[in-house]
Amino acid sequence: MISQLSWKIGGQQGEGVESTDRIFSTALNRLGYYLYGYRHFSSRIKGGHTNNKIRISTKPIRAISDDLDILVAFDQESIDFNAHELRSGGVIVADAKFGPVVPEGVDAKLFAVPITSIAEELGTSLMKNMVASGASWALLGLPLEVFNKAVEEEFGRKGPAIVEKNIEAVKRGAEFVLELAGGPLEGFKLEPADGKQKLFMIGNDAIGLGSLAAGCRIMSAYPITPASEIMEYLIKKLPKFGGTVVQTEDEIAAITMAIGASYAGVRTMTASAGPGLSLMMEAIGLAGMTEIPVVIVDTQRGGPSTGLPTKQEQSDISALIYGTHGEIPKIVLAPSSIEECFYDTIQAFNLAEKYQVPVILATDLQLSLGKQSCEALDFEKIQIDRGYMVKDIPDREDSSMFNRYAFTENGISPRVLPGEKNGIHHVTGVEHDEAGRPSESPVNRKKMMDKRFRKLAKLDVENPIHLHAPHAEPDLLIVGMGSTGGTIDQARLRLNGEGITSNHMTVRLLHPFPVEEVREQMEKAKKIVVLENNATGQLANLIKMNVGHHDKIVNVLKYDGNPFLPAEIFERCKNAAGNLTQEELVKNGNL
Amino acid sequence: MATFKEFRNNIKPNWCPGCGDFSIQAAIQRAAAAVGLEPENLAVISGIGCSGRISGYINAYGLHGIHGRALPIAQGVKLANRDLTVIASGGDGDGFAIGMGHTVHAIRRNINITYIVMDNQIYGLTKGQTSPRSGEGFKTKSTPEGSVESTLSPLEIALASGATFVAQSFSSDLKQLTSLIEQGIQHEGFSLINVFSPCVTFNKVNTYDWFKENIINLDTVPDYDPSNRAMAMSKLMETGSMITGLIYQNKEKKSYENMVHGFKEEPLAQQSLALEKAEFDKLVAEFV
Ligand SMILES: Cc1ncc(C[n+]2csc(CCOP(=O)(O)OP(=O)(O)O)c2C)c(N)n1
Ligand code: SF4
Ligand SMILES: [Mg+2]
Repeated sequence: MISQLSWKIGGQQGEGVESTDRIFSTALNRLGYYLYGYRHFSSRIKGGHTNNKIRISTKPIRAISDDLDILVAFDQESIDFNAHELRSGGVIVADAKFGPVVPEGVDAKLFAVPITSIAEELGTSLMKNMVASGASWALLGLPLEVFNKAVEEEFGRKGPAIVEKNIEAVKRGAEFVLELAGGPLEGFKLEPADGKQKLFMIGNDAIGLGSLAAGCRIMSAYPITPASEIMEYLIKKLPKFGGTVVQTEDEIAAITMAIGASYAGVRTMTASAGPGLSLMMEAIGLAGMTEIPVVIVDTQRGGPSTGLPTKQEQSDISALIYGTHGEIPKIVLAPSSIEECFYDTIQAFNLAEKYQVPVILATDLQLSLGKQSCEALDFEKIQIDRGYMVKDIPDREDSSMFNRYAFTENGISPRVLPGEKNGIHHVTGVEHDEAGRPSESPVNRKKMMDKRFRKLAKLDVENPIHLHAPHAEPDLLIVGMGSTGGTIDQARLRLNGEGITSNHMTVRLLHPFPVEEVREQMEKAKKIVVLENNATGQLANLIKMNVGHHDKIVNVLKYDGNPFLPAEIFERCKNAAGNLTQEELVKNGNL
Repeated sequence: MATFKEFRNNIKPNWCPGCGDFSIQAAIQRAAAAVGLEPENLAVISGIGCSGRISGYINAYGLHGIHGRALPIAQGVKLANRDLTVIASGGDGDGFAIGMGHTVHAIRRNINITYIVMDNQIYGLTKGQTSPRSGEGFKTKSTPEGSVESTLSPLEIALASGATFVAQSFSSDLKQLTSLIEQGIQHEGFSLINVFSPCVTFNKVNTYDWFKENIINLDTVPDYDPSNRAMAMSKLMETGSMITGLIYQNKEKKSYENMVHGFKEEPLAQQSLALEKAEFDKLVAEFV
């Protein structure tokens, strides 16, 4: 019996790859397995090779695997494109229709199942997904009743006849493959899982859910990959809470509408990816200058320009921190797991209102779109802190305006919402005095700048870094952010096997940089590997600038559009741990 | 009930003496009082330009944002608190050049706000460059040989975009202007009021006298019917948009807030944010 396994389905986009994956993994989730999904897709809607990979495990897992155990292929291209990933002795389940062949040099067992013809016999080729997932399920020796239950839930709405047909498709796929293989495959049988259903969602779902928990009532956004799921989720939910999603004409409208709504007192959010964030920069400056809280999600994808719109990258770090002209206080959070996507979204709303600043929540494509198991979300942890808001302001003798931007010790001034009697003040992106009146006085200018920045002097962010630090003086400190954490942990197990000790730090607060927390960990390590999905080492640069230790830092970069694999991290860290200098590593082709 | 004086604050506008924008400021204050508003229930959201300063010169909640974006900010304010009366305002460059995209889409969206454009056919704040509203051949610092681009006809665009309230006025006609702003505020949905507002410093062509000679008040046009969209369109085309008064109003169409599914009648800004445990559990259960 094995404790984990990797399965992949490939085909043409629009051919049922998504739905096969969905039904297969939903059923696995029923049994209580931990799942971690990875979608490889192109930006074409129909056509073009696409594949979904899931890792199935009896223990928590947050990374794709290096290799593959089972490949389900709807066409030869899917075999040719993915077979090299199969471990030796792996399995290909392919549609007999195209006469599948195993590429030369690949050691894999092929089961040609008449996927299309079974589906067509039952009425429609649309049921290919059922036949394929039924075959996969049977090979693993998993109980068919559980699968059928998942099918019932998926198609229940469409009536019993449809359910029955689909269950039949599953059964036929299962029977055919078992006949070919002579029963479930030895060496592919999964240990039973704990039977506890986990939540199973993508990061964007967790952000949507988090925003509801935080009391977000208006979202204004413009569609873009890989952010759109957030608005699509919220448009289904917000009307129940009296709110709505406005699909604006562009991202400038999205952010400014969010600023307007927040100014008037509603928790508001927008979400986009790099191109949209670039358009929002001027308005983020307005929010900073006028101290209007707003939450902005950036689901990072391959840049620059349109770049690799459906691929993984972490290359917006510098732009998010420095993108706005002039200088404003802002907060940039980078959740690194599904759970953190949820809790950090709530935190982002609280921080925005507490410090009256724009808060950017930066994910990456793999975190936003990779479907994975998620621990139970704790209702008790949901807290709403609206910051320093004032109401029922007493009458004043004179006709002066309310000092919305009053100079205070911690820089945070009383916020009052439009509609409040005696609260009238002015709001402008022009430098202003305490009541918001434009002012060019040098004395006031300096005081106001200092006031705005003072707000973050005592910034209180939950877990600015995330730490696995079992060693007092590790050979390596591996630093990452976003979705890379799980893969780093996988690699660390193998480094450990080679006698290389490592600690792991995930930077969750990118700005203001948690200098002291990071420094403490860096000092303990002999060498530091900073690992990131971009070409210029933006995270490493941030660390060097804020903390130092240039000589100890080795920067491991990947910017081909794909996430790191555990083996790559292992190799590169192993090299770094040997006393190789950065130049030597470059020469060896390791960087 | 507040008088128009209560909509005044003690900030002295930095407009040039004689600038058309002064009367627009006065008209907004009068209209606000006339429709029975209290200052705290009015939000004036403005763009950047000489005109954009207006939100600082009215005793109300005022937000002076960024160039061209008054409308999306104003729409956000209204969605958050539909009990507020929201006026967006700014220059012809602000609304018809950099912000044109927002203008068209705000019209389509039909959120219940009033948009007052202070149209001086030039960029005032940046000291006299051409605007989309400048006449062909108009010489400015950026068009020393005269502008060769066509003059934009925003009101025709508004009608074509599904506008439910389109009006035009002249800053010298305080009475008409005030009345149109009142009607705009009372209109359910988006109201666009373009106001000829001479820039006495940089525009020596479109002067007060020039407007007085060239505009036609719709009150003087027999049988003009502002509920007739085709008539409105042809009148604009016939006159090169040189008409003032209520050009078009559609009283049937409901505002965005009243049409969009599930949107609350009470201001969202006053709602409790807390999620019930049962609600939360239901949401979470969808991911099992
Ligand atoms: C993004 C951006 N681009 C350019 C400017 C400079 N700018 C300020 S106001 C303005 C045009 C003003 O013209 P208009 O909107 O007609 O207002 P007016 O001054 O005539 O009232 C320009 C170009 C700016 N503030 N922001
Ligand atoms: S420059 Fe023109 S628009 Fe600006 S204040 Fe002076 S007169 Fe008015
Ligand atoms: Mg102008």
